[in-house]
Amino acid sequence: MFGYLGNLDSSLFDDFRRVQREMDELLAGAPWPSGIRAVARGTYPPVNIGSTADRVDIYVFAAGIDPKTLDIAIQQNLLTVAGERKLATAEGVNYYRKERFDGAFRRVVTLPDDVDPDKVDARYRDGVLHISVRRRESAKPRQIEVK
Amino acid sequence: MSETKGVTQKAAKAVREAQEKERAIRPAVDIFEDAAGITLQADMPGVARERLDVQIDGDSLSIEGTAEIPMPEGMNALYADVRSTRYQRSFSLSSELDTDNVEANLKDGVLTLRIPKRAEHQPRKIEVRAQ
Repeated sequence: MFGYLGNLDSSLFDDFRRVQREMDELLAGAPWPSGIRAVARGTYPPVNIGSTADRVDIYVFAAGIDPKTLDIAIQQNLLTVAGERKLATAEGVNYYRKERFDGAFRRVVTLPDDVDPDKVDARYRDGVLHISVRRRESAKPRQIEVK
Repeated sequence: MSETKGVTQKAAKAVREAQEKERAIRPAVDIFEDAAGITLQADMPGVARERLDVQIDGDSLSIEGTAEIPMPEGMNALYADVRSTRYQRSFSLSSELDTDNVEANLKDGVLTLRIPKRAEHQPRKIEVRAQ
């Protein structure tokens, strides 16, 4: 019974999120500013960014790419991921759906100011590129002792 | 009383399933057909082979997968294009497709399904003999 109510609750929040999303789309020309490097939803490849006290993790969802062809660059706190996904188009066949991204892509994302561009680690697994950037020591929260 | 409980549970289950469906990502697909069968390719980044589930039940094909992404403890999301780790999409198949001989292959997050046509539906070349 309570589980049921709980579910109703979260479905309400889902609705809020959906409304928020729709408002975002509706108010694309809203008077308030959006980030200068913000891109439209649905831009390829999708990216998630998360941070912890000692590093920032970037996940690039780019399936079916040869990691050797990826070009990852970091300048101060600007991270650029560029590459190309060439889909083998079959000849003489009948296409019903062609939804998958095909071609060159480039995404630039802004990271927090305190990242250390010399300490970057990138890995590609199951179609997800995981880039991990360390943060500078000074940026980490420090315990301050009261004397 | 117990019947009411059963109905409530059933409703709760339906609500949960509907929510999960709403939360799942619809993977982008390419579908093309040649003389011998249909090929379907789906982008499911983050899904490993063990977390992929392709099911054929009668004439319905269902693709499901869960992305497993290593994330450090206590991570704060700064930005997220992807808000779910579940992929789900289904298709209905037609009777000339040979559902017993479907081949599935998953590489770098791309699922490739090859669904051949039944032997009697494969094209046959008819030779015209010269007189």
